[in-house]
Amino acid sequence: MLHHDIGSLDRLPVYDRLAEHFDVLLPEHPGYGQSERPVWMRSVRDLAVLYRWMLADAGIERATLLGLGFGGWIAAEMATMAPRDLNRLILVGAMGLKPPEGDILDQALLSHIDYARAGFHDQKAFDAVYGADPSTDQLVAWDICREMNFRIAWKPYMYSQTLPHLLGGVRAPALLVWGEHDRVVPIGAAHRYVAALPDARLELVADCGHCVDMERPEELARLVISFAGAA
Amino acid sequence: MHIMYFTEQPMSAYPAEEGLKFGATALMFSNRHFDPVAGSRLYNEYIEQYRLAEAVGFDGIMLNEHHNAPFCMQAKANIFASILAAITERVKIVILGNPLPLAENPVRLAEELAMIDMISKGRLVSGFVRGGGQEQLAAGVNPAYNRERFEEAHDLIIRTWTEHGPFRWEGTHYQHRVVNPWALPLQKPHPRIWIPGVISRETVIWAARHRYPYIALNTTIEQTQRIWKLYDDTAAEVGFEGGPAYHGYLKQVHVAETDEKALENARQFTWMQGEFTGLAHPVWSTPAGYSSPDNRRGFVEFSVGRGSSPRRRPSFDEQIENNMIIAGKPETVIAKLRHVMEQTRPGILSLWANDGFMTHQDSMTCIRLFGQEVLPAIRAFAKELDLKSPFEADTPISLDYSTDLRPQHAAAE
Repeated sequence: MLHHDIGSLDRLPVYDRLAEHFDVLLPEHPGYGQSERPVWMRSVRDLAVLYRWMLADAGIERATLLGLGFGGWIAAEMATMAPRDLNRLILVGAMGLKPPEGDILDQALLSHIDYARAGFHDQKAFDAVYGADPSTDQLVAWDICREMNFRIAWKPYMYSQTLPHLLGGVRAPALLVWGEHDRVVPIGAAHRYVAALPDARLELVADCGHCVDMERPEELARLVISFAGAA
Repeated sequence: MHIMYFTEQPMSAYPAEEGLKFGATALMFSNRHFDPVAGSRLYNEYIEQYRLAEAVGFDGIMLNEHHNAPFCMQAKANIFASILAAITERVKIVILGNPLPLAENPVRLAEELAMIDMISKGRLVSGFVRGGGQEQLAAGVNPAYNRERFEEAHDLIIRTWTEHGPFRWEGTHYQHRVVNPWALPLQKPHPRIWIPGVISRETVIWAARHRYPYIALNTTIEQTQRIWKLYDDTAAEVGFEGGPAYHGYLKQVHVAETDEKALENARQFTWMQGEFTGLAHPVWSTPAGYSSPDNRRGFVEFSVGRGSSPRRRPSFDEQIENNMIIAGKPETVIAKLRHVMEQTRPGILSLWANDGFMTHQDSMTCIRLFGQEVLPAIRAFAKELDLKSPFEADTPISLDYSTDLRPQHAAAE
């Protein structure tokens, strides 16, 4: 599982739920937390290569990639690099492609709280995860993530101009999951993914924003278990 | 002492109530509120003010640039520097400064500055800045690489000025197949470089390590003294003695015929809520990665309204009280400036003389009174206090061109 551009809490209900069915790896993107910043890194593709390296070190040959938002972009890049070796590809509100209409929400213009809140359709769901008034430690954590986002995805902002031309080689079946009220990545990006990937379908999640994993964890777990568990 | 005239070139002809309604007067505050007819008038008034500043005896004219905001009409300092190069005869043209990280092609900047230096017959002082946070967003330049780009662009410009081309530059942020511009500065080895700044320690240290004078921009007396201490300590480490010739100070100082009139006008220094960059938006003014990691906690707290701005200014009355803003008739201003000069001992003094909605006529009166009454008095103080400018002290232009270094080794070594 590859986390969002706002990092991730250590524990979330969706992680526990999925861990009942799978061996779940939850890496923290290098530089996105307390880890040493990879100062050399310049692109999301660099990050994808690092995760390929991590899978190789772990001896995992047929992984299912579940990418959340920004993590979806990383997963999509990983899928294009070795098209035959994935089990399943699941992209949830994935960044990485330029939406045909509208733009990916620009965090550079929003406060850390406003940006994180924009990921939720129901603000009560945000409050339940982060608290109504997130701590200053959380703000600092978000700022560290934001700095890394800028370092590797500043321009073009949160998409690749070459990725759509490379997705055609991906052999793994892919599932796109999108909150029907995603205000961060316009739904048009989902349709572009479905069109570019040879074997992909889209599931919309009702009453849900960008962060399906935190807002509708049961629904996401159900979709993932039925898609990846069927393999 | 080197005494400069400065104005932000305020775009005063904008509907202030719209700015208040919008909640910010920068970056995203729509330029539908920009009036080019008023802009044309104001630019030409500023040219008249600069001419008068030279005529009444200022040593230099300080220029700067900002983007997407009414507090400063200069979108490119080099344009006004070019104008001044042609229409003035004597004053130093002090750009404080070109925001290097915003440049995609520093060689082009080096060329422009060389042209200005030649046209002005060697009167250019070429300051460099990182650019404000929102300037990075306005220019679409990655704030996370701001300092790296600043340093690399600086190195490239210096090399362009001092090493004959053609040469090739393969840097981290800049790559140039051929560096060989057919425009080189008149001043040798290159124009003086002064570094202005507000709060970032790294920049003070960087300036001292290059032996470039540091210009404290409208800082409090205490901040200024702390900056000089840091500068001079760093200078001692690298092997030279700091002191006034390396210390510049920008102050908001307005003179009028009477104290009452001056105080009324000086309120304009707080015309956009008193924030240095107008009614700033806390998120836009400090994008992630732009500021030092030491300031991260302070800025994120400020960005959600939990803490006060690290750049916060006190009320107008307090600023008058503690000499952050100096305003009055000439005698009043002379007395207060003397006090500030004794406390801070700058060798370079920049007088930010007008702002906001001050009229052209009042600005002209202010400049005239400076020349007739204030400048002679503060020159006399400067002499008495031995406050020499870099020109008077004939300091080396940089550490690289110093022949008198005696580095102090840290005790641990």
